[in-house]
Amino acid sequence: MRAMFRTSYAQDLLLARSPAAWGWYGLLMLVLLAIPHMLGEFYVGEMAGVFVFAIAGVGLMLLIGYTGLVSLGHAAFLGIGAYTNAILLTKGVPFIFSLPAAGLLTALFGVLIGIPTLRMSGLYLAIATLAFGSIVGIVLEKWHGLTGGFDGLAVPTPAIFGYVIEGRTGVYYLSLAILVAVLLLAMNILRSPLGRAMVAIRDSEISAQSMGIHLAFYKTVAFAISAGITGLAGAAYGHYTNYLAPDGFGILLSIQLVTIVFIGGLGSLHGAIFGAIFISMLPQAIALSRDSLPFGLGRLPGLEPSLFGIILVLVIMFEPAGINGRWLKAKRWFGEFPLHRRAAFRRQKSYAKSERLR
Amino acid sequence: MSQDESYFAARDLSMRFGGIRAVEGVTFDVRKGEVFSIIGPNGAGKTTIFNMISRIYTPSGGSLHFAGQDITRIAPHRIAGLGIARTFQNIELFSHATLLQNLLIGRHAHSHVPILSQLAFLPSVRQAEIDHRRKAEEVIEFLGLQRYRDQLIANLPYGVRKVVELGRALCIEPKLLLLDEPSSGLNVEETEEMGFWIQDIQKDLGITIIMVEHDMKLVSAVSNRVLALNQGRILSMGTSAQVQSDPEVIRAYIGGAPEPAPEKEAAI
Repeated sequence: MRAMFRTSYAQDLLLARSPAAWGWYGLLMLVLLAIPHMLGEFYVGEMAGVFVFAIAGVGLMLLIGYTGLVSLGHAAFLGIGAYTNAILLTKGVPFIFSLPAAGLLTALFGVLIGIPTLRMSGLYLAIATLAFGSIVGIVLEKWHGLTGGFDGLAVPTPAIFGYVIEGRTGVYYLSLAILVAVLLLAMNILRSPLGRAMVAIRDSEISAQSMGIHLAFYKTVAFAISAGITGLAGAAYGHYTNYLAPDGFGILLSIQLVTIVFIGGLGSLHGAIFGAIFISMLPQAIALSRDSLPFGLGRLPGLEPSLFGIILVLVIMFEPAGINGRWLKAKRWFGEFPLHRRAAFRRQKSYAKSERLR
Repeated sequence: MSQDESYFAARDLSMRFGGIRAVEGVTFDVRKGEVFSIIGPNGAGKTTIFNMISRIYTPSGGSLHFAGQDITRIAPHRIAGLGIARTFQNIELFSHATLLQNLLIGRHAHSHVPILSQLAFLPSVRQAEIDHRRKAEEVIEFLGLQRYRDQLIANLPYGVRKVVELGRALCIEPKLLLLDEPSSGLNVEETEEMGFWIQDIQKDLGITIIMVEHDMKLVSAVSNRVLALNQGRILSMGTSAQVQSDPEVIRAYIGGAPEPAPEKEAAI
């Protein structure tokens, strides 16, 4: 393992831990910028989809992975963001205003759903957010005048300062830019007192409170930020699909978003990205293998949701740290090769707390 | 009574859970700079008093005063800001964060940068973070935790976690420190070490300490005064030796002075 030699406290506040890390992220950025010039339209579109899911994944990761509040209604926030952006664009609002407006309005909805659910946690919170999700779904369906109901809503092509964001490539760069901005925001949150307060609430509400953390306030803030980021993802999603229909923002999408967070690995931004890649690749993998599956399994309806479910269960059982956990282990294994200790990769059972204060 | 004589005061404090009277009519004063221990058998109401002080419970009756201020109805998250820190009986650390992060969370009561500037991580936030870090490092040095600085709490041994929890409380820069069974789960050497730290905190940092403890050796070693509770009521208060020799206290712990045994009829 490489040891870091640190010479100042400011060094621990940098976004990347070492110059080498900056190099790798820079290289990744260059590759991502070059991809539309190297790959075909199809792959660029798929990658844009990954980015959109990654944005939403980062938003949900802040809530589930860092604050420990499970939401099964995030598809609603995605929908609110998508519709807000599309409706504002239709009304002639420029994209540079409609995009932040989508984020802000969704954040406001996050506060609205956050306040009544503050006293809940765990399953009860999940159920409350699930209910919120279906309410929003119904509103999107029935409010025909605003959303077009089941007729759907065509999303106008956005333009920034006269530069039209068109086609797969345009959406690709747009969602990449939003993703990078959102990641920077999330990293800022995580290295400041706000992020630590979120982690404190996740690990022990009672002692967070004793440290002077106002639980209700910080949970609301976490909900607002998470919802706002998901709203931005929604705006990008609208441009990705070009067409909005209310049934696209249902429970299945919410579960996909939760799956991103769990499969990617709770409590890591890398995990949100890994999860987004996974969730976008899986339908493709299913489509490719559909014909080669035996006994007509490939033609079974509901194959995709059930596979999501099975994989989620397997991940929780065998690798609770998700893909990111695997990634860290792989990195460590190569870093220590050939001197790795097998015990370092074994799952540990931590001792259980007793008489825990509620 | 001067403010130093009664730096912290509980007046006629009561706590009822339904029909159970966990604490009843408890009144005591803690002087500035002393170590005040609360002892008593299981279920005596010791931790309940702590939970009332840190406002996890709202007292059913009576009042609490700290540094001349009534804190009976203050919001729980404002307690730390007043300078009251606590540790927990069963360790309530943030176990999926590193030791350093835990200590920095302890600095929360001292961070006043607005949320929006945190989102942008403005230079003011950076400077505040460095100041918090400096303070946290002071605590790390005070408690000799350097080698564990970047480790996750979940990977630390129990004895170290106890010390980390003490450190996190010190990061609040408290005026009053509540220690809930600092020696529980520790072995003899670790308990002795904990005793030295408590004395250091009292003497070097000048922090007033209220401690709930079962280990009488530790209690006698560090306490200026001791309060004995049983079934929510005060049994005895005074120096450690006075309290330990109080017949009421002995009866509560051992179950009554040996009464003359009734004459037994010869069996068989």
